[in-house]
Amino acid sequence: MAASCDSLLPLILLLCLSAQAVDRSNFKTCDQSAFCKHQRELKPGQSPYRALLDTLELSDSRLTLQLINDNNKVRLLLELYRLQGNMTRVKINELKPLKPRYEVPDVLISDPITEALSVVAQDENSLVLSLGGKDQRLIVSAQPFRLDIVEGPQVLMSLNSRGLLAFEHLRARKDTASHTGKEEDKPGMWEETFKSHTDSKPNGPSSISLDFSLPGVEHVYGIPEHADTLKLKNTDGSDPYRLYNLDVFQYELHNPMALYGAVPVLISHSTDRTMGIFWLNAAETWVDISSNTAGKVRVIPQTDVRWISESGLIDVFIMLGPKPADVFTQYASLTGTQSFPPLSALAYHQCRWNYNDQEDVKTVDQGFDEHDIPYDFIWLDIEHADGKRYFTWDPSNFPQPKEMLQGLMDKRRKLVAIVDPHIRVDSGYKIHNEIRSKNFYVKNKDGGDYEGWCWPGNSGYPDFTNPEMRAWWASQFAYDQYEGSMENQYIWNDMNEPSVFNGPEVTMHKDALHGVWEHRDVHNLYGLYVQKATADGLILRSGGVQRPFVLTRAFFAGSQRYGAVWTGDNAAEWGHLKISIPMCLSLGLVGISFCGADVGGFFKHPSAELLVRWYQVGAYQPFFRAHAHIDTPRREPWLFGPENTALIREAIRQRYALLPYWYQLFYNTHRTGQPVMRPLWVEYPDDVATFSIEDEYLIGKDLLVHPVTDEGATGVTAYLPGKGEVMCFSTLNGFLSLPSLKYFLWVSHIPVFQRGGSIICRKDRVRRSSSCMENDPYTLYVAPSSQGSAEGELYIDDFHTFSFEVAKQFVHRHLSFSANTLSSRNLAPDSQFSTASWIEKIVIFGGSQPSSVTLKNADGTESALEFEFGSTLAVLTLRKPGVNAAADWTVVLR
Amino acid sequence: MTCVHLLLTLVFAVSLGTPVEIQRPRGVPLTSIQFYVENKPFTCLDGSRAIPFDRVNDDYCDCKDGSDEPGTAACPNGSFHCTNAGYRPMFIPSSRINDGICDCCDTTDEYNSGAKCENTCKELGRKEREVLQKMAEITKEGFLLKQHLIEEAKKGQQEKKSKVTDMQGNKKQLDEKVEVLRTVKETAEQPEKEAKERHLKAWEEQKAAIRLEKDKAKMAEAFFVSVSELQSHAELDADADGTLTETEAQGLMGGAEQVDTSTFESVWPNIKDKYHSEVSREEADMSCLVSSEVPFGKMFFFFFTVVKLSAQKARDDFEEAEKALREMDDQIRNIEKELSFDFGPDAEFTYLYSQCYELTTSEYIYRLCPFNRISQKPKYGGSETNLGTWGSWSGPENNKYLLMKYEHGTGCWQGPNRSTTVKLTCGKETVVTSTSEPSRCEYLMEFTTPAVCQEPANTDLSPHDHEEL
Repeated sequence: MAASCDSLLPLILLLCLSAQAVDRSNFKTCDQSAFCKHQRELKPGQSPYRALLDTLELSDSRLTLQLINDNNKVRLLLELYRLQGNMTRVKINELKPLKPRYEVPDVLISDPITEALSVVAQDENSLVLSLGGKDQRLIVSAQPFRLDIVEGPQVLMSLNSRGLLAFEHLRARKDTASHTGKEEDKPGMWEETFKSHTDSKPNGPSSISLDFSLPGVEHVYGIPEHADTLKLKNTDGSDPYRLYNLDVFQYELHNPMALYGAVPVLISHSTDRTMGIFWLNAAETWVDISSNTAGKVRVIPQTDVRWISESGLIDVFIMLGPKPADVFTQYASLTGTQSFPPLSALAYHQCRWNYNDQEDVKTVDQGFDEHDIPYDFIWLDIEHADGKRYFTWDPSNFPQPKEMLQGLMDKRRKLVAIVDPHIRVDSGYKIHNEIRSKNFYVKNKDGGDYEGWCWPGNSGYPDFTNPEMRAWWASQFAYDQYEGSMENQYIWNDMNEPSVFNGPEVTMHKDALHGVWEHRDVHNLYGLYVQKATADGLILRSGGVQRPFVLTRAFFAGSQRYGAVWTGDNAAEWGHLKISIPMCLSLGLVGISFCGADVGGFFKHPSAELLVRWYQVGAYQPFFRAHAHIDTPRREPWLFGPENTALIREAIRQRYALLPYWYQLFYNTHRTGQPVMRPLWVEYPDDVATFSIEDEYLIGKDLLVHPVTDEGATGVTAYLPGKGEVMCFSTLNGFLSLPSLKYFLWVSHIPVFQRGGSIICRKDRVRRSSSCMENDPYTLYVAPSSQGSAEGELYIDDFHTFSFEVAKQFVHRHLSFSANTLSSRNLAPDSQFSTASWIEKIVIFGGSQPSSVTLKNADGTESALEFEFGSTLAVLTLRKPGVNAAADWTVVLR
Repeated sequence: MTCVHLLLTLVFAVSLGTPVEIQRPRGVPLTSIQFYVENKPFTCLDGSRAIPFDRVNDDYCDCKDGSDEPGTAACPNGSFHCTNAGYRPMFIPSSRINDGICDCCDTTDEYNSGAKCENTCKELGRKEREVLQKMAEITKEGFLLKQHLIEEAKKGQQEKKSKVTDMQGNKKQLDEKVEVLRTVKETAEQPEKEAKERHLKAWEEQKAAIRLEKDKAKMAEAFFVSVSELQSHAELDADADGTLTETEAQGLMGGAEQVDTSTFESVWPNIKDKYHSEVSREEADMSCLVSSEVPFGKMFFFFFTVVKLSAQKARDDFEEAEKALREMDDQIRNIEKELSFDFGPDAEFTYLYSQCYELTTSEYIYRLCPFNRISQKPKYGGSETNLGTWGSWSGPENNKYLLMKYEHGTGCWQGPNRSTTVKLTCGKETVVTSTSEPSRCEYLMEFTTPAVCQEPANTDLSPHDHEEL
């Protein structure tokens, strides 16, 4: 849900008017944000900063030296670190700030491991540091100050090469005694007003800026969340991309405006190298992208990136790749990996604002069974709570929540209830009273509890940056605290930007206080903390046994550790269906793999065609949830006629059949940080044609999806990358092998291709929920490469606890096929888990008919397998190997 | 790997009460038993292929139609039959076999999942029989009531039809009567009309004379000679900016600075409509002055009364007849409107016409007036909301009389106009039993009425024991 106006009454009026798109005037442009305007007025040129090389201090892993701004003589402290895994960290702070500047905590999973830095050369104007292997060097130039990272003769990246380093030092107000009066004041430095809101800016100007040049780079990605293309656009002549978590009502497509979440990570890619820039700052941030090739030919390409933040300090992690996978590993080593969700969270979710009452929940649940459509989760939006007092239940519509939850549990299904961070100010509400008495609310600039309007009316906002507050919040999910809750109930955090209906830009005043820090400093971090505290609560309530599942709308770097995100309040329009792909791809690139868009579109009513297509897309995106606005007609999958019901059923069933693959991919991303949903270039980094593709993508490396996102489309033209690779196209009837060319396909279904060279495990016995399928047998789909080999993985555990991590209770198998021999090998010999699942069938594409097939078991016994060979499609099906999925075995074709 | 029981021995009671054992593969209904012959190759029911019998229910799907695995979950499109002795037999999708959820009341779908299922068929059967019995009673009584309703409705319809016929006959007479009286009236009114016209003319002449007098008197009073004098009269301001400028005043005076009496006569028409005398502003309105003239009023009243007396009776007679005609028209129209409604194949819904039924919930009072409208009113004050006016019958094709649709109610913000579907079920009483709003501004109302009660089938209440054989 979104809100976007200055008070509740105008909100309603605005809704009445039913604006077609976002009301842009509610949100700032760069020009309307004083620091952005001032910083952007600074044009490239000679930097006033000079490095004082004689201040150099070098310890084993840390180099510091001072920078001086020759215009105002203010000194900065530069810190350089070489980090394990081919990364460089650059920190710049004031040498002696008037008061401490905010340094973002809790985002890095630990202090990054440093490696020795050494000075390899020095003269009066420069310093050359070795970054370890591969003749990588970091060159510090003193005047003007700049940093260059080079590899051999090649410059990989330069900092401050355009002279846009700008550090607004903290200073005393003019009206105070300590004011020295040297500097000129610009409008908006000490107070600024947007619409009816005044930001008192008690600390005055504090913004920072730095430029990065990327020679040889034409393609940059990342810095979500924006409803825009995968490849970032040149922002010369438009607003920069903005990172400021905001509740944007009916957001517009192809726009650099800020949305609900912010991950300040930019990824660059060229055929030579993939790199990343992680700008660790939680304040309002703007990113300018400038490309010298825009509209030009025959120049050496270069992309310049400039970051501008309102407060805090410069703390940048430069991830030097060189391959896409390396950058993902590097970033994961800093901020952690995607949490490993319980299997059911990867299944299908049915949501609506709102399922009216327990009876409604029951009826919808039965509807799925009547129409033989699987689902795992049903969701309850804000109306389920008593007067929007989260942690409670509406007494007339949900009088017996445990009865409802038990009913779902009997079907091995689950429920998600919403718990938003705004707390109704109501002396009869326990949660509010406790937060107030513990002094846990965010404060306004005058020290009183900050209050704003949100769904319940007047609301307080708990200070989630306070670890004590988070611990208390987490304790509220205990079964004896959260009345009516049960172990099959999970949580959804919405409105955690935070959304404040009557606040500036529908969010919190920047001069509100979180302890000693201003909201300005922590804004983009608030949503992360809300989800973290909630996920901690779910872990805590199970005694640390169960993996949590929490969905969030606002997020920051590191949010991947706490659950899933979705792309917020989209609309039932084809454009929104289309944009869900680049939006989730962008998130995946910066660590947040568990991403999805509201299937069907939140606002407005989708046509049957759009809804069906959206299910087909959603089934192949990580987080698969249908959701709808309260004012839209009902749209459960069976309400659009039997034909559409059948198409939706088929899409959801495909999702369930592929759950073993999704699960293995999430295990993989949890272990390694490799995204689940990937742009093509991640796997085909040398294929320039893939660099801007955003209408098709990979799931893992083995499935290529080109969903249909156009109205009335009867086919798609899919780009099949890779040289000489075979792609298997899954149809309702079987598989077709295609050479890797552009192909036009007739589709009444979902164009999904299996990469030649891969083995994918499926569970083809689709049941009414994923829990019901836990012990079911697997079918292996083997698509050999042109060399006749293929490989894949199979991962199995109990699907919902931390035992895989704490007790190594899992099965991880490597499946390989070459020289007509298929075998299963243990990838984790020190793990142990027994599964009832077995291998029921093996399907091999594109081979020839064998004369016999033999199964060799681990104990040396052999048996002949029956098989069928379909010569038209060259599909070989091995009947019922029957081996346990955890066992060693080999199948030989002769 | 799952352990698969190929054959299952079923013991159940037939209506004679003698236990009979029938062997068949798990999940096969008795009606298909002839296709599953032990030790003979099994042919998939779609005829696509034949397989050895030991591949039936061996937990691997060999037949595209799923027919070789009626008792396992191996085929995605298979179905499993549970006998459910004591209750009703049913098919479930084979994906529900051993999924840990008890679907068949005889527990046969969960033979290898560890799910703890209890056989609830007897209990369910008993409950169902009770419900059916109760329903049967209701249906029976309801159906009797319905017959009564049909009779009443038919009688009522007949009456109404003949009433309409009668009234249409009467109406013809009344039409004629009205015409006759109209002529009488018009004749009688002729002298009155003439007198009125004559006196009106005289009065107009007299009025004109009076007006002229007054005008002259006013001009005399208003006479002025200079621009500055005229400027004191702001009401003459041409551009209504609040002041009368010198130029404006000069314009009114034909360009001259000063005028004498004779030239003033030519200026006066320019200003007299706006001119306010300082002394007699309140009597400046001529029509007001005239209407208060008593002598003429008296005179006219006298003439009028004399003439009117002779015309009044004719007029009264005519009006009375015309009113009677109008009333009759209304009555005919109402009855015709009522007769035009679709009150069901046997007019059994007629009795609902012009009735209203209420249901009070914790918040609202809902009011259903069949064939008219549905409304919702807050229990504790507040205005009524229209949830839809009568639209049409909208039940399924085979019986459209099971649902009523009311449409075009009060609009919802950012949404459609409110509408309500009324679901009719058989009941002895005519009552609104529940209301809900499944989708924003789309209401659902449940309504019981004898009018939808079907003729009870033969009242044998133990059909279950027979179905298997």
